Amino acid sequence: MKVFIYPTNSLILYDLVERFGHEPLAIMQEIGKKVRKQGLDSPPMNMTPEDPKFGLKYAAVEVPSGVRGRMSLFDPLLSKAEAAIIVTEPVISFGCMGCARTNELVNFLLRGKKIPLLRLDYPNTEEDAKIFVYKISEFLKSLKPSEDKK
Amino acid sequence: METITKMIVINSSKLLPSDVAIKLYESKADVMVKETCFGVMVSGEREIVDSLLLDIRKLDPYGIFIKERGFAPGEPYRCRATRRGGSRPGFHNLENEDKLLPHIASALKALDRGEIPILKKQTKKLDIDKFKEIIKESEVIK
Repeated sequence: MKVFIYPTNSLILYDLVERFGHEPLAIMQEIGKKVRKQGLDSPPMNMTPEDPKFGLKYAAVEVPSGVRGRMSLFDPLLSKAEAAIIVTEPVISFGCMGCARTNELVNFLLRGKKIPLLRLDYPNTEEDAKIFVYKISEFLKSLKPSEDKK
Repeated sequence: METITKMIVINSSKLLPSDVAIKLYESKADVMVKETCFGVMVSGEREIVDSLLLDIRKLDPYGIFIKERGFAPGEPYRCRATRRGGSRPGFHNLENEDKLLPHIASALKALDRGEIPILKKQTKKLDIDKFKEIIKESEVIK
């Protein structure tokens, strides 16, 4: 099953989802597709003026182009997501590294999709980590196994 | 065929990035390998990289963590060698999660042993009526 992870660049979540036999949907896959394309129009991410237009699917035209551009990256992941694991208030989303509005919109869209959803906090201690991993493993076991990769 | 890059982050007391790099070279697979301070980056065809890393993970299942990377190793727009130093974007989350990896490793070991952790009881918020009672009781009668 294709499992959306949030934070979308999380090493721990990507590894755990893959370890338990599912396919993680992470932002790196979409960025990889963009930067591996023939001809780099707008380095480093190759986000062209066309991309915020794709974001119009999710946000109105008066919404900042940053949000719409990010949503154009998230779009293929959100449409493919069959389940999701969300870690609430990750450190990475604080400050200028994260876009709070995009994150809120992504979380809102995931809740609206009516797919199996697991919400957790990042662990700080070993005991918390045990609960964190146990909950993720139980959640992933309850999903259908991943189909063979094409 | 799709070319991808995967990062192997090593958090192990018995394995070094150089050990993993040597194992990758030994496999003679058609991949590009770059050894880094945190582990190894492998770039190649998706099928080859995935099957190769499945074997590499067996070296230390609790000490090796893998994720995909968008940019190839040494990408001029990302590599700090061409960006006047400083940490590359994406490093901060990796650094933040790297601190948690020992905990995650011990949690995975516990899971394989069949341990079921005791789930914490969520503390309920104080009932408003009870709070009013407490205020009344603590009022000083003049």
